[in-house]
Amino acid sequence: MTDAPTGETGFARVERPAPPSAAANALTFGWRAVLKFKHVPEQLFDLVMTPIMFTLLFTFVFGGAIAGSTGDYLQFLLPGILVQTVMFNSVYSGMGLSTDFQKGLFDRFRSLPIWPLAPFAGLMAGDVLRHLIAGGIILGIGLALGFRPEAGVAGTLAAVALLVAIGFGVGWVFIVIGLLVRTPTTVMTLGFTVLFPLVFASNVMVDPATMPPWLESVVALNPVTHMTTAMRGLFAGNAGVGAVALALALPVMATLVLAPLVLALYRRR
Amino acid sequence: MRDLPPPRLDQAGPSLAIAARGLAKSFGTLRAVDGIDLEVPRGEIFAVLGPNGAGKTTLMRMLATLLPPDGGTATVMGHDLMCAPQAVRGAIAMTGQFASLDEDLTGRENLILLARLWGFSRRGARARAEALLADFGLSGAARRQVKDYSGGMRRRLDIAASLIVTPGVLFLDEPTTGLDPTARQRVWRLIRRLAGSGVTVLLTTQYLEEADQLARRIAVIDHGRKIAEGTSRELKAATGSGFLHVALHDPGGLDAAAALLSERLGHPVSRNAEDTRLAVMAGSAAEANAALAALIEAGHDVADFSMGTPSLEEVFFALTGRMEEATP
Ligand SMILES: Nc1ncnc2c1ncn2[C@@H]1O[C@H](COP(=O)(O)OP(=O)(O)OP(=O)(O)O)[C@@H](O)[C@H]1O
Ligand SMILES: [Mg+2]
Repeated sequence: MTDAPTGETGFARVERPAPPSAAANALTFGWRAVLKFKHVPEQLFDLVMTPIMFTLLFTFVFGGAIAGSTGDYLQFLLPGILVQTVMFNSVYSGMGLSTDFQKGLFDRFRSLPIWPLAPFAGLMAGDVLRHLIAGGIILGIGLALGFRPEAGVAGTLAAVALLVAIGFGVGWVFIVIGLLVRTPTTVMTLGFTVLFPLVFASNVMVDPATMPPWLESVVALNPVTHMTTAMRGLFAGNAGVGAVALALALPVMATLVLAPLVLALYRRR
Repeated sequence: MRDLPPPRLDQAGPSLAIAARGLAKSFGTLRAVDGIDLEVPRGEIFAVLGPNGAGKTTLMRMLATLLPPDGGTATVMGHDLMCAPQAVRGAIAMTGQFASLDEDLTGRENLILLARLWGFSRRGARARAEALLADFGLSGAARRQVKDYSGGMRRRLDIAASLIVTPGVLFLDEPTTGLDPTARQRVWRLIRRLAGSGVTVLLTTQYLEEADQLARRIAVIDHGRKIAEGTSRELKAATGSGFLHVALHDPGGLDAAAALLSERLGHPVSRNAEDTRLAVMAGSAAEANAALAALIEAGHDVADFSMGTPSLEEVFFALTGRMEEATP
């Protein structure tokens, strides 16, 4: 048996090239996310199955009862389902992070002389890609079922931009959870335990005016409500600046507070 | 940035790759590493030998900047661990106890990813990956996902991943645990070749044979403390002048024989992994002779005996006292 003693190239001394920029590091991690898509296309299935089921079930089973017609209900439901999609997506990214830690991959990354936040920036880049793909699929299905954005292409693009911003902000929450929790399945359980009540106790599925007053005031405080309102407004072309600002409040705050926390946790872990 | 100080050959001296003093780390009340001094000359293979939970991984993770120490100081390739971690990272590579690879990517993609992170151009990264894959006998598997690799292939890829840029110090945490004898030999050859090309290697192991085979110097640690250090010859010599080895025809009599020998010679008796031979330190040939005579007198059917220097395994047991169960 030989260790391939031909060319000594691998064992020859190789000096370190000029250090790459932080952005180049982050892009490399983004490339990794793209490769993951190539090798594990099944993940797309995980990402879009739940929202597709929600869309179909709610539209066709409850739609008529809730909004009078399935068409009207789809018009009401779809913007909120998109918000739900990116939020659930973020759970998967937290799980991915937890898996990477468990596998020791981050030990390797951390012992490299790179920008410490680069792996997370790459993770975020991958997330944005996933949000766009999953959001695109859900929107496509919605359009096929009869969803009609009154604000046209411009409104749709604005809504998608807001969606990505929401996903980006919420993503930090699950990165923090991914850093704190030991196993990927715990991240998932924890994530869905938090997200299900958030999504249901909101205006995503039904008009809160039909709820008991105490619940209505809870719903009014739920950030998912504000995100959904702004999304509907952008699709319909009647969104106020205030509504969009409210929708962005949580993502912006999450980024400002959690990004430094991520760095601190990462250094400590 | 404080991570990039001017290169400085400090008090540790330029000839040492690693110089640690009183390095310590506790997890809660557990002192995982309890004040370890280490001096590893450049270009050497140095082994840290210890049983499960001795603190090997913790020690190595501290030296690789992955875990901040609670106490003590250390320089790696002349860079201070605390003041210049980024400079240390630029001079080291670490292959952890468990393969740190992306299982979803191919072997080649794993290496390209790391080469890009080090700053290689697209083309340079590809070339570097191919060269390493060839030298580690992985060209044929380059385009397969790592999740389909065998344990030995993973280990080799994991080591290759540490050599994208030739490190000053390579940390290898239990590089052959879980490998079959052929794969182990193969990794040993790779490690020797690396050391031959001037890389300092600090490896941890639970296998005495591995330390004996590869390392010039060995530090034995247990419960977070260094209990001995030296070349394998020195360690053996320090343990005692002579070791009496005894094999019995009837393995059922081993317990009684061990008790008798321990009583006569006043040292703990260890037995080999196969449970066929006893070994015990003997102060002198005369004492060994008397003990042996007593053994035969007591009716034990001695199949074979010899006096000799202890194996590294016996040294280890003598030092850590882990074979106490052999002496009731
Ligand atoms: N993150 C941690 N939190 C709490 N305890 C820890 C942690 N890491 C290690 N320990 C404890 O510290 C001690 C030393 O662990 P370490 O992993 O360094 O041992 P080791 O010599 O590498 O063992 P092994 O041969 O099993 O790999 C053990 O008792 C272990 O349980
Ligand atoms: Mg260990």
